[in-house]
Amino acid sequence: MIKKLKPIWFLLALSPAVYLVYLIVTDGLGPDPAKTVVEFLGTWALRLLWVTLSLTPLKLITGSGQFIAIRRMMGLYAFFYASLHLAAYLVFMLGLRWSNLWEDILERPYITVGFAAWLVLLPLAVTSTNKMIRRLGKKWKQLHKGVYLAACLVILHFIWLAKSNLLEPIIYLTILILLFALRLIKQTAKTKPVVAND
Amino acid sequence: MLIKKPSDIKSYEITPESAYFNRRQFMKRLGQAAMLTAGSGWLTACVEENGSAQAQSVAKAKPVSLVSTEGVKQYPAPEWLKEKFPGRKVWPSSTDEALTPYQDITRYNNFYEFGTKKGDPAKHAGSLITDPWSVIIDGAVEKPGTYTLEDILKPHDFEERIYRLRCVEAWSMVVPWVGFQLGDLLKRFNPTSKAKYVAFTTLNDPEQMPGLKLPFSSIEWPYVEGLRIDEAMNPLAFIGVGLYGKAMPPQNGAPLRLVVPWKYGFKSIKSIVKITLVDKEPPTTWNKSAPNEYGFYSNVNPNVSHPRWSQKRERRLPSSLFNPNYVETQLFNGYAEQVAHLYKGMDLAKYY
Repeated sequence: MIKKLKPIWFLLALSPAVYLVYLIVTDGLGPDPAKTVVEFLGTWALRLLWVTLSLTPLKLITGSGQFIAIRRMMGLYAFFYASLHLAAYLVFMLGLRWSNLWEDILERPYITVGFAAWLVLLPLAVTSTNKMIRRLGKKWKQLHKGVYLAACLVILHFIWLAKSNLLEPIIYLTILILLFALRLIKQTAKTKPVVAND
Repeated sequence: MLIKKPSDIKSYEITPESAYFNRRQFMKRLGQAAMLTAGSGWLTACVEENGSAQAQSVAKAKPVSLVSTEGVKQYPAPEWLKEKFPGRKVWPSSTDEALTPYQDITRYNNFYEFGTKKGDPAKHAGSLITDPWSVIIDGAVEKPGTYTLEDILKPHDFEERIYRLRCVEAWSMVVPWVGFQLGDLLKRFNPTSKAKYVAFTTLNDPEQMPGLKLPFSSIEWPYVEGLRIDEAMNPLAFIGVGLYGKAMPPQNGAPLRLVVPWKYGFKSIKSIVKITLVDKEPPTTWNKSAPNEYGFYSNVNPNVSHPRWSQKRERRLPSSLFNPNYVETQLFNGYAEQVAHLYKGMDLAKYY
């Protein structure tokens, strides 16, 4: 079912970007559009990364390997939004002033951490082709465990960014901890692999 | 029978109400036409700059009363307060810069008592009851007491001051405030020699302010701020009671707020209920929340970096995505001439 509906998931994950284009075209971004765009893209990058991370636990719970069919797509979407988030920050917030970028990366820890998260995701996105998966073999799996590091950096970036109200970051942190916990419980509990076609 | 000419109606009040915004609309359309014909964004920028120059001359000539308030909820003010607005005078030192539209000033706010998102205050501040309102004035003054809003505001002649407002988050606005000098207010209560600082407190009522109920907040309520007495007595320090010639909307700090244009916006405390003159530096909200980020002075200073935002330049709102309105940040937000002497000999990197 999930596998069959792949085009639907593709369009769903694309819809925030389409909505953003709509907001830009209709002048619906408010008086500080740069900030709105950067925050919008960052939020969706985080959400899609969380969706990606939820697919393996869903497989472990349901025993259905179908969720894995859209894992790569969702992971790439997370990277797509993260890259647009970074680009929007560089173009709209910094106005491509590279000297300011270094100042931000060096002096502002939340930006350092956010940038590091993108750097960790970059090789994962690059090695997501079938060819690369085959070529890297066992190393591929090792490399793609980097997504856990990226998720930790992303949530740190988000917590650090919050000025006073920690409600939203705490919600996302809770979900992340839950996802990690589900993996650990299921993996330690199982006596034999649930599915072999991973 | 004697028919008296109503002399209290100023000519600018008879002028068509929408003239100011129509002109802006016209300039905007002109800009769009130029962009279509020439296909050049630069040309648009030039035309818009011309437009701003004209807006400035309008602003200079008379108080701004011609403003589109479309889509912004109007808030009631007591009759006696409304009556004071038409008589206001324009402060001659007002900035020439193009005004930030009323819709943006009133719908893009930091007022965490009503929520942490910029649109939250406009959405939720309607529940603030600003009439009746009273202010406690106490501490090192000869005439302490609880005063009604009328007691506080009525003796003062209103003035329109167009100030730059610089937020620590690196955005800024140009706002036509209406109000009067803070120093004039303080003098009425005869501060004693012990009055070295002024401490301000915002209303703290969760029933009217839904933001106070949010869990996981690092802010301790009520919101408090303070100034050194010489800062408070500086002619630029202002009590705002209105903007764009109208009573202050609650999201902007009704019924009375502080306006300290050479400091980051968070120093300009809103919806004041208490003013205390004290002999020691009073605690301030953001300093308590994150002392490494926010100091007591919080003067606008492009040379002192902030852990979150570069302060070298700012986005003057409204900003546009592809033609952003960047402005180089000036020391003391451009008011150095009037206030730099207050900090003579002080290391502003240390006293940030």
